[in-house]
Amino acid sequence: MASEGSHNTAGVADPDPIIGPGHTFETVTDKISSIVLTRPVTPGWVFGLLIAFGALMLLNLTITLLMIKGVGIWGIRVPTAWGFAIVNFVWWIGIGHAGTLISAILLLLHQKWRTSINRFAEAMTLFAVMCAGMFPLLHMGRPWMFFYMMPYPNPMWMWPQFRSPLVWDVFAVTTYLTVSLLFWFVGLIPDLATLRDRAKNKTAKIIYGMLSMGWRGSAVHWSRYETASLLLAGLATPLVVSVHTVVSFDFTIGIIPGWHTTIFPPYFVAGAIYSGFAMVLTLAIPIRKFYHLEDLVTARHLDIMAKVMLATGLIVAYGYLIEAFLAFYSGDQYEIYMMKNRFHGPYAPLYWMLISCNIIIPQLLWSRKVRRNVGLLFVLSLVVNVGMWLERFVIIVISLSRDFIPSSWGMYYPTRWDWATYIGTFGLFFTLFFLFIRFLPMISIVEVRSLVHETNEEKGHS
Amino acid sequence: MAQIFHRSTNFISRLTIYGAVVIIGALGYALYAIAMSPWYTDQNVKRQQPVPFSHRHHAGELGIDCRYCHTSVEKSSFAGVPPTQTCMTCHSQIWTNASMLEPVRASYRDDKSLEWIRVNALPDFVYFDHSIHVAKGVGCTTCHGQIAEMPLTERAGTLYMSWCLECHRQPEKYVRPKSEVFNPYYEPPSAGEQLKMGKKLVAEYNIKSLQTCSTCHR
Repeated sequence: MASEGSHNTAGVADPDPIIGPGHTFETVTDKISSIVLTRPVTPGWVFGLLIAFGALMLLNLTITLLMIKGVGIWGIRVPTAWGFAIVNFVWWIGIGHAGTLISAILLLLHQKWRTSINRFAEAMTLFAVMCAGMFPLLHMGRPWMFFYMMPYPNPMWMWPQFRSPLVWDVFAVTTYLTVSLLFWFVGLIPDLATLRDRAKNKTAKIIYGMLSMGWRGSAVHWSRYETASLLLAGLATPLVVSVHTVVSFDFTIGIIPGWHTTIFPPYFVAGAIYSGFAMVLTLAIPIRKFYHLEDLVTARHLDIMAKVMLATGLIVAYGYLIEAFLAFYSGDQYEIYMMKNRFHGPYAPLYWMLISCNIIIPQLLWSRKVRRNVGLLFVLSLVVNVGMWLERFVIIVISLSRDFIPSSWGMYYPTRWDWATYIGTFGLFFTLFFLFIRFLPMISIVEVRSLVHETNEEKGHS
Repeated sequence: MAQIFHRSTNFISRLTIYGAVVIIGALGYALYAIAMSPWYTDQNVKRQQPVPFSHRHHAGELGIDCRYCHTSVEKSSFAGVPPTQTCMTCHSQIWTNASMLEPVRASYRDDKSLEWIRVNALPDFVYFDHSIHVAKGVGCTTCHGQIAEMPLTERAGTLYMSWCLECHRQPEKYVRPKSEVFNPYYEPPSAGEQLKMGKKLVAEYNIKSLQTCSTCHR
């Protein structure tokens, strides 16, 4: 296989390639592995890591205070007992979904363009699920009792309440984390072996050597690697749909107006992929610029991701429309009031911001010019991220703050510790991400190489 | 190129993979064993008391009825710890000079309660009522064990929730005729007989298998 590496793709011009012209096996390996092995530590990276690490320390501070004083440091009060913690949980876990979609479903569908973005999209999934998982734990008030949610033989002779979607959530999220981690790691093994072989430093050799688990690149290894990847992709595929469906059950099982809706599962899944692709763009655009990866993560990639965003955004828009329509069509006074309350209530500005961020502004993506404008695309991805966060806020806070009886209404205002926890999880996310791009190949060397091979084949060995 | 790892590391890597399974299993078993051990539950651990009071002697050999000292067991949630006066009903007449009983006499003289060490203490988040259990045919020894054979009192059960639920889920396995409730030497019939009698008694005494959270956690 390696002997074919000298084939050059130059000469036949694809007007819109998914890999830049002139790439061979060697250049791909060099380019990606050099970021980890030979590139000097840049001030930009250190600066970014320091900011992220600072935010992570803020998270530590907040959690410490939370342990000492309890969840009262947050703005959650009856009737709005769910506040930021659950908003952020749903938001973070939604973001993860793009990574799984890219790595699992697009693998099974043989979408070649996924190869150069799947590695860091999967990393994003993993880190986002970690951030997401913290919120329900912290929200429990006594996080050290988390194991009560697990069914294990105990001297109380008690199981968790299996009829509660909150318990399904525990299984959904832990399964998601496990499968994502395994998938990511299995995919990394051949690349880790490449790093092991190319590393000059003894410590790096040992660490990458241990992580690559004795990979020698034999035919048996490859065959097993392919089988494992395919199996894991098969396992991960239903998770793309099931995890956020279960998350949406947390709401739909409740009888609160604005929650008790059958459209939630598909609309949550679409929303998750929507926000996930926005986050992939938010991460991909600066990374390809700073690490000069424009010929691996090409304009075509950004274009396709923008299209996925547009499509899922339209599904989400349909969800909003049906939600509003059914509220009035039901004739139920509480449902109608919930909708009017979204339109004109105390949180109405947030609702209209959500509609602008998630529906109106992203319509710009219909234009090819916008999709090819990297700067604008970056801004749009941020807008969608904000919009999807607002969506969860609108669903959770507006519905809870005003339910059936006006005497039990109450406003929710986030405290500074609500914000600190939220910003803190960004710290966790970006600290992990900065370390990831520095210590692991952020683009799959193996898969891009096979892409180079396939592209050459198609061109009939120029 | 020299190998990074010696051949022997193959063995280590296999050991860590299979070892992890064993270690996790062993850890789980160890946690279970600790949770069930007398060291953790105080089950069958004898407590030193200010006076070495023997239930074996009083309730067993002498055959004093439980209710002679634990007077409120049929009327109240708490069975009652007897005041020193109860001890002195007898001990003002017998063993009046026994040095072992000096703390009892001192307590009586100075009008200061004996500070018994509690053996069976439920956590504060559990509501428990002796009177209803006694009234429905749950014998003293069902929970307190062979009290008539304890020279120093010890906890007979783990007091875990599973221990309560064992009976609450299947009262017919443990219930006895009301006349036998205070008999410290009661022997339940064979398992088959117990089940037959138990089912009859459950119906007769109208025993409900209460398992809702708020039965005990009020």
